[in-house]
Amino acid sequence: MTDQKRQAAFDSILGVLVLVAMVAALYMAFLQAPREKTMGDLQRIFYFHVPSAVMGILAFAVNFGASAMFLIKKDRRWDNLALSAGEIGVVFMSIVLITGPIWAKPVWFVWWTWSPRLTSSLILWMLYVAYLLIRTYVPDPGRRAMVSAVFGIIAFVDAPIVWFSIRWWRDIHPSPMLETGGLSPAMRPAFYVCVAAFLTLFLYVVRRRYFLESARHEVELLERKIF
Amino acid sequence: MSPMGFLFSAYSAIWIILALYLYSIHSREKKLRSEVERLKQLLESKKDKL
Repeated sequence: MTDQKRQAAFDSILGVLVLVAMVAALYMAFLQAPREKTMGDLQRIFYFHVPSAVMGILAFAVNFGASAMFLIKKDRRWDNLALSAGEIGVVFMSIVLITGPIWAKPVWFVWWTWSPRLTSSLILWMLYVAYLLIRTYVPDPGRRAMVSAVFGIIAFVDAPIVWFSIRWWRDIHPSPMLETGGLSPAMRPAFYVCVAAFLTLFLYVVRRRYFLESARHEVELLERKIF
Repeated sequence: MSPMGFLFSAYSAIWIILALYLYSIHSREKKLRSEVERLKQLLESKKDKL
């Protein structure tokens, strides 16, 4: 079996696993988890909103690590990984920034408020959108990788601020439920299944996006040989 | 909008974003693979001419 065929077979298996995990997550979030007393069914947004936020931060952490590794090793593969993770982080954070206000409107009676958690999350999203835009403005691949690696490392400074904002400052955003015991034990299995499902999705998407970037690199190399 | 309406909107947004992103990866991948094939053929034909 060639490498490409092996890779495609692995992708198919992982894709099926993601599908099964997502169906399980939906089952747990809508049918297994009990109805929350105050918010009712609206609280079920939490089961996909929080894992999206966790995957967003994880993606930016991978971007940070890969950017640092690129600066040390100067290997293009680290830049490919950094870009893949940065783009995926923006996708997950977009989900967070859309589902958050949808939940907030009926609960807080406003779509948005400039609380530390919300503001730092929006800044984080904007920083990584800027990271992706910067890449389109630098034509030279070597310089582009270098500039974006430095930017990726600096942008990550905001991620711990997002994570700890609800611990450091008074915030309207719900406190970390697992730490404060705010999440009832009956709701925990659904939450863990959803996090696991999002983690498989994250791995699948990172892998696909990484190979896409490798193919782009291959195109650049072939073009250099021909023209 | 009812609470169920908000719940439906949130989950719809999630699935739409994920579906669009997966589709964009798939279509970019397809385009690049055909570009790689085209360039490989071009390279082969250049080698043959030489």
